[in-house]
Amino acid sequence: MSSAIDIAASVQSGERSAIEVLEEHLGAIAERESEVHAFNLVTTDQAIAAATAVDELVAKGGPLGPLAGVPVAIKDNLCTRGVATTCSSKILEGWVPPYDATVVTRLAAAGAIMVGKTNMDEFAMGSSTENSAFGPTRNPHDLSRVPGGSSGGSAAAVAAGFAPISLGSDTGGSIRQPAALCGVVGVKPTYGTVSRLGLVAFGSSLDQVGPFANTVAEAALVCEVIGGHDPGDSTSLPQAFPAVSEHLSDGVQGMRIGLITEMMGEGIAPDVAKRIRAAAEWLAAAGAEVEEVSVPAVTYGLSAYYLVAPAEASSNLSRYDGVRYGLRVDAPTTGEMMELTRTAGFGDEVKRRIMLGTYALSAGYYDAFYGTALKVRTLIRRDFDAAYERFDALLSPTSPTTAFSFGDKTADPMSMYLNDVCTIATNLAGHPAMSVPYGLGDDGMPVGAQVLAPALGEVAMFRVAAALEGSLV
Amino acid sequence: MTEPTSPERTEAARITTEEVTKVAKLARLRLTDEELTRFTGQLADVLEHAADLDLLDLEGVEPMAQPIPLTNVFRKDVPGPTLDRDEVLAVAPAAEDGFFRVPPVLGESE
Repeated sequence: MSSAIDIAASVQSGERSAIEVLEEHLGAIAERESEVHAFNLVTTDQAIAAATAVDELVAKGGPLGPLAGVPVAIKDNLCTRGVATTCSSKILEGWVPPYDATVVTRLAAAGAIMVGKTNMDEFAMGSSTENSAFGPTRNPHDLSRVPGGSSGGSAAAVAAGFAPISLGSDTGGSIRQPAALCGVVGVKPTYGTVSRLGLVAFGSSLDQVGPFANTVAEAALVCEVIGGHDPGDSTSLPQAFPAVSEHLSDGVQGMRIGLITEMMGEGIAPDVAKRIRAAAEWLAAAGAEVEEVSVPAVTYGLSAYYLVAPAEASSNLSRYDGVRYGLRVDAPTTGEMMELTRTAGFGDEVKRRIMLGTYALSAGYYDAFYGTALKVRTLIRRDFDAAYERFDALLSPTSPTTAFSFGDKTADPMSMYLNDVCTIATNLAGHPAMSVPYGLGDDGMPVGAQVLAPALGEVAMFRVAAALEGSLV
Repeated sequence: MTEPTSPERTEAARITTEEVTKVAKLARLRLTDEELTRFTGQLADVLEHAADLDLLDLEGVEPMAQPIPLTNVFRKDVPGPTLDRDEVLAVAPAAEDGFFRVPPVLGESE
């Protein structure tokens, strides 16, 4: 399969038609989707119409966008006008959004062709895609293992060659962890650099949209297409997305890179840690100054996150009450209707987090839980700030292990939450981070290296990621 | 580092089935007896893990509710396009005369 960049170039030059490219990818989907289950919906008809429109534009001589004719898979929590958007939840059954998310509009304007809506953990709550109401996605590298989550379908779609690029959302690691487990690149940009308009809200102060791709260069291009100010999102930063593509071949000579001590010890599988040490050694050999650095407060990230994210979720998900969207279970009164609808429509993990958040925000506990977690957020930001006084970027594993098997962690939610131990602090701080494949673990499954940077430090982050990628070629 | 001092937190770490029942009611969720027992244990595990925050000295630390320096973002008060009412109501569970329709609200015993 060709890269997004090669596809766009060949479509722009008229060497290939967008329809040919689309048919090739629909063929790949027809071949393996039944075993991978990356999609909740494959949008064949809309894709054919969109590809035809691109080909007509080519015939007329343009103008053509930077992703002309490139198939893209979209996580099913991003609103798509006229195309069902389910968040892999029964509660949104039958709902069709009356508008497009800004990122979807921008991809379409760049010429990208949406091929489908990808499976996910219900409302993006999970680390394995096992919490989907429509059944799990399987890891294309080993069908007996999870693809990670919550954006498991988007990661698997790229890993299986169903689309060269896809979009996910990352609230505590939901792009980076599945990218690591599926052996692809995944980017969580700085909070506020990519519009959240039309992203179904989970944790509004944590959520960020970002891309999956096979290469760092493709991910960079997608960030530049979807990023930048959106007046429709009041948390959108005023500036354009950092110009990362032009710096991918800058190398790491003279860069200062810190290996996060707290993410290299207890709880990290030895084979994963070994690969990350190899990545650090490579960066040093390529001319970077690499040192270990302690970021003490990240140790408390997990606890703070599992108070803040559920608190925000309990508020955001109160809108699913059977009145305006999706499922309604009929009852004699509105109160009973709401209760029966929510009880039937939400899965266990969503219910757990709603209750946890409701509890953390309830009278008498607000200060002790939610208030405390917000202060810990400040500490995490401070400790990162201190590290970034000395370092341009930080390095860690993305996930403490390679892809695990189905059912391994579903009985014990706390064991599932521990998967997010390396990714969560980034979201609490609002910083960018990305996962780059860096070889295989002892089980032959992909290992991801996480590159972290300060807010709006995407140029440094992508330089390090590109160098790591280059070391494997 | 200081020892845990908040009696509220120590108490809260052992969430009870009564508290989970109350929280479920607030969140408009109905739990079976099996779910109540299972969820109580699972929520207790998470809250127990969160007790590590008690070890931190948070005196004088400002809370951080969101990560970016934007506050009071306003736009010009200019009318723009809005969602089409018919299109919105067409995908609602029930609608009538341009409104969302719900079962009776008044007279509920809650």
